[in-house]
Amino acid sequence: MISLDTIDRQVLRALSEDATQSASALGRRFGLSQPAMWKRIRRLEEAGVLAGRRLKLDAEALGFGVTVFLGVKLGTKGRVSLEDFERAVRAIPEVQTVEHVLGLYDYRLRVVARDIADFERVLRRRIMTLPGVGDVEANVLLSEERRPGPLG
Amino acid sequence: MGEAIILDDVDRRLLRYFQSDPGASAADLAERAGLSGAAGWRRLERMREAGIIRGVEARIDWAALGYAVEVSLRIALDKGEARAFDTFLAAAREVPEVIEIQTFLGRVDVRLSVLARDMAHYQQIYRDRILALPHIADIEALMLVARVHHDEALPL
Repeated sequence: MISLDTIDRQVLRALSEDATQSASALGRRFGLSQPAMWKRIRRLEEAGVLAGRRLKLDAEALGFGVTVFLGVKLGTKGRVSLEDFERAVRAIPEVQTVEHVLGLYDYRLRVVARDIADFERVLRRRIMTLPGVGDVEANVLLSEERRPGPLG
Repeated sequence: MGEAIILDDVDRRLLRYFQSDPGASAADLAERAGLSGAAGWRRLERMREAGIIRGVEARIDWAALGYAVEVSLRIALDKGEARAFDTFLAAAREVPEVIEIQTFLGRVDVRLSVLARDMAHYQQIYRDRILALPHIADIEALMLVARVHHDEALPL
């Protein structure tokens, strides 16, 4: 397991806010040379800690006014294939994330829609017709914030 | 955020490429969208100024840092208390292992994503930090088994 010092943690935190910062800019900010900073970033990438990038878009400005989280329970009738469900759910463009979970539900889905009417269409035509789908619970997202996590 | 702007098909195409490859340069994206570098850059800049493009963030793989357990806690708050939401959220922000806080309209009021190194560590966080949060009426836990799909892309 990779061990992190204070500078590594600060760099991770800085990159999780803005991944486009260069090694020289980060080096200046945290008092390291460009090659030394580059080496640190490379090490974090190689250890898999820095696992890609994500574009942050304003969903609402792009016409997606509603985000809904669905808890989905698979039916118990017959044999339900997780693979079939997962393949079908991933193909729905409005489904942004699919998490396989343990507990009250089997899957947790993040779904975007233009408005509540559009969400209802996605729910009825796409989600309720998925293979094996049983109980579905919907919660409409009001706000969300990502925290820096245990980075000190 | 800047003023609302109207996007055309070319803007949407740029966003689609950018979304699927957030590490690409403006020149790369322009080329793929069939634009000159300068024209692509201008369009991206305009969408940045309007607040449509909010930036690019690095994704941290917490499992690679030794946090093998991720639990989603679905919480109902005691709404008899007028400031229940605000005091709960302020206290939840103080727990370092909480990486995501969402509020909802529905049966669930708040959801927290909580990281832990293992189940013993999770039990400790749950008892010492989570159960100590104010105004909790009910709590349900979903443990993450696998992220099947997580690009969070918008269907542009």
